[in-house]
Formats: sequence, C-alpha cells, structure tokens
Amino acid sequence: MGRYVTRRLLQMIPVVIGTTFIIYALVWALPGDPFAGRCGARPCPPAYVQAMTDKYNLDDPLPIAYVKYLGSLLQGDFGETFQGLSVGEELLRAYPTTVKLALVAIAFEILIGIGAGILAGLRRGSFIDNLVLVSTLVVVSIPVFVIGSVLQLFLGMRWGIFPATVGGDASLYNLILPGFVLASLSLAYVARLTRTSLAENRRADYVRTAIAKGLPQRRVIGIHTMRNSLIPVITFIGADFGALLGGAIVTEGIFNVPGVGNLIFRSITTRDGVMVTGAVTVLVLVFLLVNLLVDLIYGWLDPRISHG
Amino acid sequence: MATTEAGIAPRPDQAGLTPLLEVEDLRVEFRTRDGVAKAVNGVSYTLHEGETLAVLGESGSGKSVTAQAIMGILDTPPGFVTGGSVRFRGQDLLALPDDERRAYRGRSIAMIFQDALSALNPVFPVGWQIAEMYRVHEGMSKKDAKNRAIELMEQVHIPAARERAGDYPHQFSGGMRQRIMIAMAIALDPDVLIADEPTTALDVTVQAQIMQLLADLQRERNMGLILITHDLGVVADVADKIEVMYSGRIMEQAPVHDIYASPAHPYTKGLLESIPRVDLKGQELSAIKGLPPNLTNIPAGCEFRPRCPYARDICKEQRPALAEVVPGRFSACHFAQEVLDGDIEPAQQ
Repeated sequence: MGRYVTRRLLQMIPVVIGTTFIIYALVWALPGDPFAGRCGARPCPPAYVQAMTDKYNLDDPLPIAYVKYLGSLLQGDFGETFQGLSVGEELLRAYPTTVKLALVAIAFEILIGIGAGILAGLRRGSFIDNLVLVSTLVVVSIPVFVIGSVLQLFLGMRWGIFPATVGGDASLYNLILPGFVLASLSLAYVARLTRTSLAENRRADYVRTAIAKGLPQRRVIGIHTMRNSLIPVITFIGADFGALLGGAIVTEGIFNVPGVGNLIFRSITTRDGVMVTGAVTVLVLVFLLVNLLVDLIYGWLDPRISHG
Repeated sequence: MATTEAGIAPRPDQAGLTPLLEVEDLRVEFRTRDGVAKAVNGVSYTLHEGETLAVLGESGSGKSVTAQAIMGILDTPPGFVTGGSVRFRGQDLLALPDDERRAYRGRSIAMIFQDALSALNPVFPVGWQIAEMYRVHEGMSKKDAKNRAIELMEQVHIPAARERAGDYPHQFSGGMRQRIMIAMAIALDPDVLIADEPTTALDVTVQAQIMQLLADLQRERNMGLILITHDLGVVADVADKIEVMYSGRIMEQAPVHDIYASPAHPYTKGLLESIPRVDLKGQELSAIKGLPPNLTNIPAGCEFRPRCPYARDICKEQRPALAEVVPGRFSACHFAQEVLDGDIEPAQQ
C-alpha cells in the first residue's frame, strides 16, 4: 500500500511538469503584446515594460523562463500579477468558496442522484423508473448555462426562493442554487449509474445466496446488494469531486460566485498569465491527489482490487 | 397428463412416517419475451431424514429450477410457480406468506450453489458471511457469531480457520470456497440440504473431497440431502435414490444400484452408455443424438421421442406417465418393461 502510494505520487511529477509547461507556454508564447492596453489608452512607459520584462523573465528563451518559474513554484512562490497582487493569496481567498460549492454539489449528487437511482433500480419499468430515465435524459441534454440561467430567473428572481447571485457572501445557503446547477449533469449520471448497477446486482448469484440464507428483504437489498452496487457510483462521485474542485467557470459566472473558476476566467480575459498558470498548477495537483484518493477508496470498497 | 401419485409414495421401509420433504406435481414456467418456457412440468419426489436423493439431468432439464422453487429463490419475474405443492414436514411452503416462508430458508432447508466464487458476496469477509446466519436468525452478538463461524470453518476442514475468517472469497481456492458455502449452509443445522451441482466447478480430486465432506456431514446430522448433478459418477457412491429429469419432468426414479444395473428408460440408458469406461477403451463413445426440446415449445407425445432410438408410433401421440415398472421403480416410458428387460430393438428409421 505504501509503495503504491509512493509510486503514484512519483508518477505525478512528470504530469505536473508537463501540464504546467503547456499552460506556461500557451500563456506566454501566444502572439501579441502582453502589455497592450495594460496602461489605459496610452502605450506603457518603457521603464514599466522593462521592469515587467525583468520580473517575468520575458527576455529569456521560453524553456529557461519556465525553469525559473518552476524554481520559484517549488519554493511556494506563485508570483505576483501585473497589478502586484500575490497569486498565492488570491487563490487562497477563492479556494474555500470553490470547495464549499463543490461540497454542496456533491451533496446533491449523493442525495438526489443516488436516491433517484435506487428508487428507479429497485422498481424497473415502474412509473418512478421512467420518470427518472426521462428527467435525467432532459437534464443531460440541456447545457449547464441554460439550466443555470433558467433556475436563476425563476427560483432566484421571479419567485425569490433562493438568492439569485452569491457575490461576496458565499454562505452555504447562498450556494444551494449554484450547487444544484453545478451538480445537475453529474446528478443525472449518478442516478442512471446507480439504477443500472443496482438492477444488475439484484440478479447476482450472491444476492440469491443472501435470499437463500433466509435474510430479510431489507438486509438482502440494503447490505448485500447495495454495498456492491455503490462501488462504481462512489468512484464516479469521487472523480467528479476532483473535477468540481477545479472550479466551475460557467456556473460561477452565472451566479457570480467568487471561486477559482471565476478567478481563472477573469485572469484569462485580462491575459494575466501568472494568475492563470498558478491557478491551473494548483488545480492539476488537486485533481491528481483526489484521483489518487479515489483509487485508494476503490481498493477499500472492493477487496478484489489490491494495491499491493 | 397423468399425475404421478405412485412416485410420491413413501418407500416401504419408512411407510407411516411423514416425509421430510414432499414435492408434488410442481410446475414452474418462465414468462419471457420469446414465449412461455415450461421449465418444470409436474415434478414429484419425496425425501426422508438421512436420505440422499440425486436429481440427474442435463442442462435445462429443470433440476435446478425445481430446487429454486423449493427454496423459494426463483427469479420472479420471469419465473413463476404455476402449480403443485412443496410440503416440509407436512407444511405447504408455497401456501405461506413471504415472511413466514423466509423462516424456513437457511433454518429448515439450506442450499449450496455451483459456483461458490459468484455465490459468495465478494465484498464481505467469509467469516462475516457465515456469522451473518447466527446474527440474523439467532440474534447472536458479533463476537459469539464469529466464534461459531470459525468453529464451523474448522468442521468443514478449512486450515487456519481463525486467521482466515477475515479473508475475502477471492483469496480462497475453489475447493475452500465451496467448503465455506457448505459451512454457511449447515450453520443452522438444517433438515434438508440442497446441493446444486456442488462439485461441477471443481477439479476431480477436490470434487471427491467435497462429496466426502457432504456425505459425512449428512450422516452426522441425519440431514435429507438433495444432490443435483449431471454427473452420474458423482451420484453412484452417495445417493440412495435417483430421479432422472428431462424436459422438466421425471423420466425415471429408482434406487441407485438398480438404475446403474438396468435402466428402465431409454434416456437413462443413453446417459449410462455415454459414460467413458475403461473396458471400452479405444471404441467410439456413445452419445445421445440431438438436443433437448425447446421449453417454449415442447412437442406433443413423449418429450424424449425425437432422440429416442426405440421410438414407436404411440410415442408421437401419447405422453407416457411416470408409472411403476417393478416395485420401487418408476419410469415414464411406454416400453419401460421392455427397456428394463433389454427386450426391445431400435426403431427402423
């Protein structure tokens, strides 16, 4: 187990280097003047250009500039934006909101997704089953920005049930609506995955054994069937959590959530390269770590998978 | 079709005693998209304490489905019991509501399945799965139940039972897994044990050990054992009585030694002739021609007629009922006496 984790952690090094290099190269090697429009309507003064060029090693060849950047990253220094803001601090400010939003979304996936999947899977062909199938199909077919805008309009503005935007106050209550929108797509997948997995396992030989053992119905389903059925579902939700921690640009944009997605979106539009590279590096790391965690959980849920 | 009253009569030496298990005119069908498959068509048999009944037949003959109907573990839908009764010590199990019937499962009638790897739950330790019997049925504490489970694992000769109780099914060999299945089945000391092809998935040496274990346990506990198999070799040593099934019906029923010596049904005869024998080494192995009938469309007349070397005109028109040929022996063939005496020539075709 320890060796497995070490190996996986070591495998992350090339992945992190590769992804950060690509992002770094994309951000800085793009054609165009990084200082265009930076100083209002006038061209920037030469002294400012010189200072910034030195600060971001823009005169160095790309690989060397990248290595210098990586060097400061390793010391925990994410650098400063053009405005002189610390990237590290900005990320630290935005991240808790994104984590909170992701947790709200995951809660919806578990409660509604798994719940609907179980109801549908236990009664295949019933009204509930068809309702779940059709409604998840609808959700999967509609782009998130449509669902988000529609729910914002009705639940948020017309009926005023939930706050329409989040703004500076990212309380759990404010995050309910964006969390639900963010979860909607995965929620549909979770429901369908649970349904299929459950229906498949209900016919499994070991379920027949459990019945033959004279166990009560609720134990046959609640323990023997469920435990096996939820393995793929939990794995999916775990991987989805990793993805959600990467911020949700569209949803955070619609509901004005001050999270990482919003931060990255603003940085891209203002061509703030340092912020983009810094944020993406963190996201890659988080995604890799969460995935490692999911694989470990998978091994724990299913003893047949060994990480020896 | 005539019922098989004669077939369920208790054996003479036990007349007067209520049999442990009486299956009478059991009928099961599967309602599928392709039609209704009549898997079991009027099966009757009885089982007494300490008796071993072998149910023999090829795949699709209805032997496992009969057992599942007795246990009440048919997949419903598509499987439905459409008639007959299953009486355990006189109580008709089919007439009981679900929760009362559940009380019989595991406690009175237990079952062992063919493939222990898929029949055991892959995500729970084996000791836990055995202990579950005690925890659920007898409300035992976790610790006591686990200790009982370990005792049972020792009884079925699993080495280092205490250490291995925490292991998962995939960590055991096929034979050990089947022993765990057996331990789980005998946990509550059931009166009837149904073993559905318990050795089919195992290699030959392990097969013998498992059969020996079953035979020992049966003798110690005086259980009634229903042994479902397609392997005539497995049956010979342990069974008292044999039911030969074909197309959802019993074709022949007899004490084990009689049937080996002189079959009274062409199907049994065909089965026996298709066993490889040392003294016939080098000669072509005889096989039963053709395939079992499609259960959604069983032909009129005798089910075995299309494959029967002795088929005559009457076999096309009339389905032979299971009838007594000589005392204690039953066969569903128009020419049972002739087959028994070896006094019939293959039909000209």
